[in-house]
Amino acid sequence: MALLDTARPPAVPGRPPTSELVLRAFAFWITQYRRTWRGTAISTVLEPVGFLAAMGVGLGALVNQHHGTSSVAGAGYLEFIAPGLLAASAMQAASFESTYPVMGAIKWNKQYHAMLATPLRVVDALAGHLLFVLMRLTITCLVFLGVMLAFGAVESPWAFAALPVAVLTGMAYATPIFAFAATRENDSGFAMLFRFGIVPMFLFSGTFFPVSQLPGWMQPIAWAVPLWHGVDLCRDLVFGTATWGPALVHVGYLALWVAVSFVVALRMFSKRLVS
Amino acid sequence: MVSQMPAQPSTGDPLITARGLVKRFGDFTAVDGIDVDVHRGEAFGFLGPNGAGKSSTMRMVGAVSPVTEGTLRILGMDPAVEGPAIRARLGVCPQEDTLDVELTVRENLLVYGRYFGLAKDVIAERTQALLEFVQLAERAESKVEPLSGGMKRRLTIARSLINQPDILLLDEPTTGLDPQARHVVWDRLFRLKQQGVTLVLTTHYMDEAEQLCDRLVVMDAGKIAAEGSPLELIREWSTREVVELRFPVDETEDAGAKIEALAASEASLAQLVARVEILPDRVLLYAESGDDASAEIHRLGVTALSVLVRRSTLEDVFLRLTGRTLVD
Ligand SMILES: Nc1ncnc2c1ncn2[C@@H]1O[C@H](COP(=O)(O)OP(=O)(O)O)[C@@H](O)[C@H]1O
Ligand SMILES: [Mg+2]
Repeated sequence: MALLDTARPPAVPGRPPTSELVLRAFAFWITQYRRTWRGTAISTVLEPVGFLAAMGVGLGALVNQHHGTSSVAGAGYLEFIAPGLLAASAMQAASFESTYPVMGAIKWNKQYHAMLATPLRVVDALAGHLLFVLMRLTITCLVFLGVMLAFGAVESPWAFAALPVAVLTGMAYATPIFAFAATRENDSGFAMLFRFGIVPMFLFSGTFFPVSQLPGWMQPIAWAVPLWHGVDLCRDLVFGTATWGPALVHVGYLALWVAVSFVVALRMFSKRLVS
Repeated sequence: MVSQMPAQPSTGDPLITARGLVKRFGDFTAVDGIDVDVHRGEAFGFLGPNGAGKSSTMRMVGAVSPVTEGTLRILGMDPAVEGPAIRARLGVCPQEDTLDVELTVRENLLVYGRYFGLAKDVIAERTQALLEFVQLAERAESKVEPLSGGMKRRLTIARSLINQPDILLLDEPTTGLDPQARHVVWDRLFRLKQQGVTLVLTTHYMDEAEQLCDRLVVMDAGKIAAEGSPLELIREWSTREVVELRFPVDETEDAGAKIEALAASEASLAQLVARVEILPDRVLLYAESGDDASAEIHRLGVTALSVLVRRSTLEDVFLRLTGRTLVD
C-alpha cells in the first residue's frame, strides 16, 4: 500500500461544521476515558454512599434527635442535605476534571497541541473537552441520584429534573476553572483553588444548613455563588416544591456563568495555545 | 509495502509561498521578512542555529501561529482564513513530541486520525501500513511512554502521515536522537522523498540538510542568508576543500594571526588560499586544493599539531555567511 494517495483532488477551502469538529475532540476524551473509567467507577459510587451515610444518616440522627425530624426546612436532615450534596458533588467533580486534565493537555501530554495541528481549532478543542466534562458530570450525578433513591431521600418525581440542574451547576464551575487552568504555569494554584474556593463554597452555600443561618453580611455572598443556586433549585426539585420564577432565575444565573466563562476560557486558551 | 514512485518534477504553482513573512513576539522579531517558495515533490530545508526562527516559521506554515506581517499561501490558501482546510492536508512533526504517552501506539494513530474525520476502518488500515513503514508494527499495542526517543520520533512521523498529507513538515526531526536512531529516521524520510512526498524540514545539522534537502535556505537571526541546493551553496560560498589546522590550545590565536599575515604578504600562499578563518580551537584554510595549501603553509614555516584536508560542507557556508558556527 502506498503511504500517499497521489490521485487525491487538490485541497479546497472550507471546513466541516463546528459541531463535527467539536465531536472529533470529544471523541479523544472518550477514548482516554475508556482506558481509565474503571479507576473512577468505584469512587463515583462510593462517594455519594459515604456522604449520605455519614452526613445524612449518621450526623442526621444527631441533628434530628436535637431538633425533631423536621429540623431544617421541614424535612429530615438526610432529605435536606442529599439534594445539596448532589449539586455540591457536581461542583467537586467539575473542579477535578477542569484542573489537572486541562493543564496536562496544555503542558504534560500536549493533547491540545496535537489537536491544533489538525483541522481542529482552539474553540473545538475547548468545547470538545467541556462536552466531555458535561458527560462525566452526567454520569456522576446520575449515580448520585440513584444512591439518593436507594437511601429513600427522594420525595418527588421532579427529582429527575435535578439531574440537569446539578450538571449545569458543575458546568458553571468547569468553564471558569478551564479558563483559570489555562493561565497557570504549574499545578500549585490548584491546591489554593480547592482550599480557598471549592471547600468554602462546599461548606457555606446552603448544602449543610440554610444560608439564612449565615451572618447577614455573608448572605449576599452566598447568593452570588453558583453552587447556592444549584443547591437551592435541586432541593426544591427533589422536594417537589419548585416554582417557575425562582427556578428560571437559578437556571438563568448558572447559564450566564457558563456563557461568560466560556468566552473568557476561549480567550485564555487562545492566548496560551496560539502564539 | 512501500511502492516506489519517481519524485515528481517541481512544476505548477508552489505549494508554499511566503513573501516578506514576519513573526513578532511583542517587540522581538523572530522571523524577519523571509521569502520562500516550496514546490511539489521537493525536499526543502531551513538550516540554522538555535533561535534562528525556524520553528516560528514552521508554525506559521503549519497554520497554527498567526502571521504578523507579509503574505503566506499554503496550497493556494491563506492560513488566516482557511486554517482548518490547510491543516487537513498537512502532516506535522513538531519539534517537541505531542504524543499521548498514556495511550498505546495504535491508539495514538486512531485518535489523531479521528481529528481528520477519517473512518475507523480507514485509520486501522493505514495504521498497519504506517507502523510497518516506521518499523513499529510489533509495538502497536504498547504504551508510548516507555518507547525510546527514536521510536517516538518515528511514531510521530507515522502519525503525521495518517491523513496522506500533501506536505510533510518536520521541525528538527532528529534533534536529541543518538546517531543510530538518526540514521533510521533519515532512511525513512529518504524513502518518503522517493515516494514523492513534499518535505519541509528544519535542522541545525548540516549533514542532515546535505543528505535530505534538494534545496535549502540558510537562516540566521530571522533572516535568510542564502538559498540554493547544498552543492550550489557550497560552490557559491565556499571553496572546494578546507584545511583544518590544530595547534596547542593557547597558541591557536597567534598561529592564526601569523597565517593571516602570511596570506596577505606571500603571493604563493594567497594564490592557493581564498580565505583564513580562525576558530577558538582550530584555523581553517579555504582552498581549491587542500593539499597544495597545506604544503605551502608548511614550506612557509608553520607547523601544526594536526592537519586535516576535507571537502567543504554547509557548515563552512554558514560560517562564511554569519561568521559563526552552526552548533556551539
Ligand atoms: N512564543 C514565543 N514567545 C516569545 N518568544 C518566542 C516564542 N517562540 C519563539 N520565540 C523566540 O523567537 C526566537 C526564534 O525561536 P524559534 O523560532 O523557536 O527558533 P529555532 O526553531 O530556529 O530555534 C527565539 O529567540 C525564541 O526565544
Ligand atoms: Mg526550533
